[in-house]
Parts: sequence; structure tokens; C-alpha cells
Amino acid sequence: MAGYLFRRIFQAVLILLGVSFITFVLLYVLPADPVRQIAGRAATAQTVENIRQQLGLDQPFLVQYGRYLGGLIQGDMGRSYLQKTEVASLIASRLPATLLLMAGGIACELLIGLTFGVIAAIYRGRLLDQGLMVTSFVAVSAPQFVVGLLLLYVFAVQLGWFPIGGYGTFEHLVLPSVTLGIMGSGWYSRMMRSSMIEVLRQDYIRTARAKGLTRARVLTRHALPNAILPIIAMIGIDIGIFMGGLVVVESVFGWPGIGQLAWQAIQRVDIPIIMGVTMVSATAIVLGNLLADVITPFIDPRIKMR
Amino acid sequence: MTITNPLLSVRDLTVSVRDRGVMKPLVSGLSFDLRAGETLAIAGESGSGKSITSLALMGLLPNNVTVTSGQMLLGDTDLAQMSENQMRPLRGAQVAMIFQEPMTSLNPVQTVGTQLIEAIRAHEPVSYGQARAGAIAALRQVRLAEPERRMGQYPHELSGGMRQRVMIAMALALRPALMIADEPTTALDVTVQREVLELLKDLQRETGTAIILITHDMGVVAETADRVVIMQAGQMVEQGLTPDIFAAPRADYTRSLLAAVPRLGAGAARAAPLPPKAQVPVAQLVDVTVHFDIGANFLGRPTHRVHAVEGVSFDIQPSETFGLVGESGCGKSTIAKALAGLVPYEGQIIINSTSLAGLKAQERKDICRDVQMVFQDPMAALDPRMKVGDAVAEPLLIHGVGTARERKERTAELFDHVGLSSDQMNRYPHEFSGGQRQRICIARALALRPRLIICDESVSALDVSVQARVLALLEELKADFGVAYLFISHDMAVVENIVDRLAVMYLGQIVEMGTRDQVFGNPQHPYTQRLLDAVPIPDPTRERTTYLRAASEPPSPMRRIGDPVPRLMLTDIGGGHLIAPEVTA
Repeated sequence: MAGYLFRRIFQAVLILLGVSFITFVLLYVLPADPVRQIAGRAATAQTVENIRQQLGLDQPFLVQYGRYLGGLIQGDMGRSYLQKTEVASLIASRLPATLLLMAGGIACELLIGLTFGVIAAIYRGRLLDQGLMVTSFVAVSAPQFVVGLLLLYVFAVQLGWFPIGGYGTFEHLVLPSVTLGIMGSGWYSRMMRSSMIEVLRQDYIRTARAKGLTRARVLTRHALPNAILPIIAMIGIDIGIFMGGLVVVESVFGWPGIGQLAWQAIQRVDIPIIMGVTMVSATAIVLGNLLADVITPFIDPRIKMR
Repeated sequence: MTITNPLLSVRDLTVSVRDRGVMKPLVSGLSFDLRAGETLAIAGESGSGKSITSLALMGLLPNNVTVTSGQMLLGDTDLAQMSENQMRPLRGAQVAMIFQEPMTSLNPVQTVGTQLIEAIRAHEPVSYGQARAGAIAALRQVRLAEPERRMGQYPHELSGGMRQRVMIAMALALRPALMIADEPTTALDVTVQREVLELLKDLQRETGTAIILITHDMGVVAETADRVVIMQAGQMVEQGLTPDIFAAPRADYTRSLLAAVPRLGAGAARAAPLPPKAQVPVAQLVDVTVHFDIGANFLGRPTHRVHAVEGVSFDIQPSETFGLVGESGCGKSTIAKALAGLVPYEGQIIINSTSLAGLKAQERKDICRDVQMVFQDPMAALDPRMKVGDAVAEPLLIHGVGTARERKERTAELFDHVGLSSDQMNRYPHEFSGGQRQRICIARALALRPRLIICDESVSALDVSVQARVLALLEELKADFGVAYLFISHDMAVVENIVDRLAVMYLGQIVEMGTRDQVFGNPQHPYTQRLLDAVPIPDPTRERTTYLRAASEPPSPMRRIGDPVPRLMLTDIGGGHLIAPEVTA
């Protein structure tokens, strides 16, 4: 176990190093010039050059990257070009909101997705199954900003059940979580359906029935735990997809999280923030995968960590 | 015998499947009685409806299959009229069932204990502690060592035989009046099969449970059943007391079924001229060893090594059938893979006086022409989307033999040789029966006129009557083409009927090797004797001496790295009959 974790964390560090390098290269070759953004249109060539030197952007690429890495190791993610504050503290102040939204989104997609999937598998081939699968298809295909605006219009503007935007109470959390979770719920319901159908035709389900167990018990104690195994690995991967969704959903609902921070930073070419948010998301994805892999052996005794 | 009311009375049972709106009968007009404490065998080949009958009794028929008429009276209750909710309390408590595949019949993510306790508590209002005590008692009753420890183990931690014992414990925990065993030993090794059959008999004596034994194996029928129902294509052919059926079968089908059963000792009648020695062997294995490294330590280095094959040497002469027997995990299939170049090995494999070691890709490919394989499952071994004619012609194509027209002619010839007609070449595998598919696989193996065909359990998945015909075909082809076989099987009776020489393997090493007469007529190694002793004999009049039970499960071929397996030295006791010393520990 210790050896396994050690190796996985070592791999994680390598992955993060790779992510930082690629992002840095992409930002370096970007045609937009951050210095122009900071200096403004009216600035003289001299001012521009001063700012460039001040930020170290006149240095060769590898020097810039080396400096960034050096800072990162010490926990220093640099300063925002425009807001003049530490990137680390900017992200830290917005991270709780994002984590809350993510938790809400994951809860929504699992709750809706797994329930729909299980029901569809039980009623396989009947009208209910077909209805649920069409619904899941719509859920997967609908763009998040459309879903978000639609939900806002119906439940906030027309019905007034939930606030239009903002952050603070449970009511604020509902619509953004549903928007974030709805696409994933489509995926999960399809995956859960096929996983469940596969499990239901296994020999041990027949054994469970032959024991004289009730149908409900066969489903909950024998089918579900086995059907959910392949889904757990998916949740780890899913966190990556979530990051993309966060940017959209936080903007639509005015949610003060790192997605919104990233969106603003991209518009203003605020490179340290973009780098910081990328690194934090990459860490989240790597940790999510690691977590999924660590959890699986506890649910499936056949899998050993190596 | 006193006349008592039967425990179970099946009257005119018809079970049908709904296929595109039409009801097709799978079982029709089946009637039989079963008394308390009796063992009734339902025997037949695949498609005879024997398994459907057992599922109908349990009320576990698939959705599109229903009982269309007839009665299944368990005491006064007609199981055929029961709804799912009425049937559920009976399942497990009154009628219990054990299945063919112990490997997949237990839930992999629950402990053995949880699954046993659950079965008890589903029917009896007892506390968890009482149910646990009952479960441990049931495990003890099926003679599992260390029942308390087994309770906390997961199915994958147990061997196949142990899992089947757990299944039996689960079935018997509630003392059902009737237990249905659907091919309970088919997936098990022969010595384990012997132990499980003995156990079933003992338990029946202790508990008085009536048993319906579904099987295709007439040997198992002869040794366990009081009475037998023979089925074919959904209909009962005949039924009667087991000794009567074996002594004087009335129906033609029963006669042909019994005739097709391979019997130990039957091979003695066949005069086997030994192929003259001093030829260049087709294949020669010298000290072949195959290891698999597993596990990982802190640095990701392997910690354990599976000694699948350990220092095996033998040779196969031209036109010879060489048998390789042993139980699962003994390394017999690994040898086949090494010969076909599918696993890396140490030692020397020489085919047609060319050593396989250090060959270049092209030379390897040329050698492949001489060695072909026929696998166990003919359905899995044929591409379902490829016409069978193309499948047979493919080896010719790969090796660039002949023109398209010549290949086609050759394929037609091959179809003719294996007893199929050449106008079947344009069909797909699913249009053929299991036996026909295996013929197609044999035709494919013959396409390149190989000198050696490796048959890895090639007839094990086939019904006995089909098996007999495929074995006859193999013999015929040997005479026609002069091909040699490496015949790998767990079935001692089949092996005795077909091989010229054989080697018995145990834990990756050969323990006994010699001609068929030497090994079967005068088995010397205790393991060989145990294997032969365990084979069920299709003769109910034969008194079986109590089986000498193995002291424990066979040891694992997995060892720590740096802890090599002690090599067995074979000694010749005359005429090339080689014996290993008995392994201690």
C-alpha cells in the first residue's frame, strides 16, 4: 500500500510537471501580449518595455519556465498582472465555492444518472427504459449554457423558486449544481444501465434468486455493488470534464469560483492566474483518479493495489 | 421398497420458448417421480432440455420461457401454478439448487459468510449470531477445513472445489427436501469431482435430501443415481433403475449414448503398434521451463514467480499421438503455448531438427507451417464474421500458398476430409453445430499439411456422441496425412482411447511418462494412480472402493523469487517407462 501510493504520487508529480510545461509553451506562443493589456493602448514603447522587464517577460522561454517552477516548488504561484495580488491567495479564496459547486454537481449527476440507469436496466426494452434513454441522450447533447439559461428562466425568473444568481445559501446552489450535473447524469445513466444489464445476467444473480431472496434484496445487495464498480473509475476521470463545465456554469450563474476567475483571466491574458488555475485543476484531476483507484480495492476484493 | 407418496411428481410437463410470437417446446410431455432420499439423474446431451427442466422446478426460467402445461407437484403444491411471490419462500428452503460453474456462481464482492448468513436469514427468523453459527455448521458439514476462517474469505480466495462446497453448504443449510444439482462437477478436475460426488452421497445419507442430478456424464450417473431419466431433444427417451438402464437399455438412443461413452480399459482392446523409433522426432522439448513473475515490491520489482512449467523434456515421433494429462494449473496448456511460440520459455524446443530459439521472424513463420493448434471452444476459435471457407483458407493465404483458385480447391478438399460438404464453405460459424465447428477448426489446422497438431482439450466441450466421432476423425486423419498429435486433456478415458504415449503432469513437472499400456496398465506414481482412481466408471454394478482422499488442496505453483522448485529426476523402470519419485511436502 505504501509502495503503491509512493509510486502513484511520483507519477502524479511527473504528470503535473508535463501539464505545467505544455501550458507554459501554449501561453508563450500566444499571439496576445499581456504587457499590452497591462499598459493600456496609450502607453509609450518605453513604458511597455519597462513593464516587460519588470515582469521578466523579456527573458528566454526556459528561464521564464525555470523561474516559474522554482516559485511553484516553494508554493509561490506568482502575482496576478492586473489585480496585483498573489495568485495563490486569489485561488484559495475562490476554491471553497468551486469545491462546493463540484460536490453539488457530482451529487446531482450520480443521483440522477445512477437512479435512471438502474431503473432503465430493470425495465429493459420497455417503454420506461426507452423514455429514460431518450432523456439521457438529450441530457448529454444539450450545451451547458443553454441548460443553465433555460433553468434560470423557468425556475428563477418565471417560478421564482430559486435566486437568479449569486452565492451563499443552499437555494443558490441548486440550479448551478443541476446544470453542471445534467450532462454527466446522461453519461452515467447509460453506463449504469449497461453495467447493470451485464451484472443481472451473471450466475451469482441466479444463485441469489435460487436462495429465495426478495427481488429488492437481489438488486440492492448483489447487483448494485457489482454494477457500480466500473462507474467508480469514471468518477475520477469525470473531474476533468467538470473543470470545463465549471467555467461556463460559474459565468452563467455569477458563482464566485475559480472557473469565473479563469474566464476573466483568459480575457485579460493574465498569465499567472491562467497557469495557477490550470495547475490546480490538473492536481484535482490527478487526485480524483488516484482516489478512485484507492477506493476500488475496498469495494472489489479481487483487485489488489500494486 | 415400500410404496410411499413421491416427494416430487412431475406430470406431463411442457416448457416452451416464445420465439417471434410462436411458442416452441423445449421440453414436452416429461413425467417422473422422485421419492424422499432418492437420487434421480436426468441425463442427456446439450439441447436435451435437462437444464430447462431444473430451472422450471426452481421457477427461474428466463423471461421468454414458460411452463405451458403440466404439473410439478411438490407434496400437494403445484410449482407450475406458483406466482413469483409464492415461489420465493420455497426457493432455498424447500427446493435448493447448485450450479455448474462454481467460479462464477458466488458474488465476488461479498464474503462467503455474508452470502451464507443471508441465505439462512432469508427464510428463518433467527438472529445474526444464530445464522452465523448455522453457516459455520453448514461449512463444517461439507468438510471444509477451517470453517471460521472461510466465513471471512471472498470467493476468489477459494479454489473451484472449495467454492462448489460452499455452494452445497448454502443449498443444504436450510435442509431442503429437494436439491437440484445442475452439472455440479463438470467444471471441476477429476479428483475434485470425485470428492464432491462422495460428499453429495454422504450428505444425502445424513440429511435424507432427495437429489435431482442433471448431467451429461454417464460415469457420474452410474456412480451416484438410483434411477435415471434419459432425455433427448426435449423428450424423455426412457427411465428406470440405473443398473437396469445400463444393463439393458431399451431405447436406441440410450444404446448409442452408452456406446459413445469413453471407458477406461477399452483402449486395451486396440492393438497399438508403436511407431518405429530412431526417426527424427517431429518435436523435441529439452528442459523447457516457463515462469511468470507476479507481485510487486516497493520498487515495482516482482516478488513471486509462478513456476508454470519446470524442466519438462519429451519428444513426439512422426505419426504419433502423444498425450499430456493433468489437472488444471499443472502446466499442460502452457507447454502447448510454448510449442506454438505464444509464451517465452527457457530451455530448447526443437521442431523438425530446427531449434526455435533465436529464429528470425520469417524462419519462425515457416516453422508455424509445421505446428498447428485446435482449441477447446470451437465457437470462440472461429471469427463469427468470417465465412468458414475463408477461415480454413486463411492459413494458406498467410503463407502465400497457391493461387486463389488452388486455395479454393484445397479448401474444398479439406472440407471433404473432415466430413463436411464443400457447399457449406460459404456459411458462417453460427450456422454449424459444435461438432461441425470443431471439424472446421481441424480442417483449418490441416490446411498447411502440418507435421504436428496440438489439440488442447479439443473434444472436452463436445457431447459424448459428437466427441466419439471427432476422435474417430482425428485417428483417420492421422492415417491419411501422417500427422502427429500432441493431445492435451483432463479426461483420462479419452486419453487412453487415443494416445500412443503420454506424460502425466503435476505442478509443472512430469511425474510419469511412458506408452499407453505402461502408464494405464501399470501406473506407478501415486498421483497417476489417484487420477485414474478418480475417473467415474459408467458401470453401476462395479463396487467402488472408498476413494482415498487427497490430504489437502494441491500446493500452489507460486513461490517467492529465489526459492526454486526442486526438480524431479525421472528414472526408467524398463521399456522407457519413466517415473518421478513421490513428492514429499
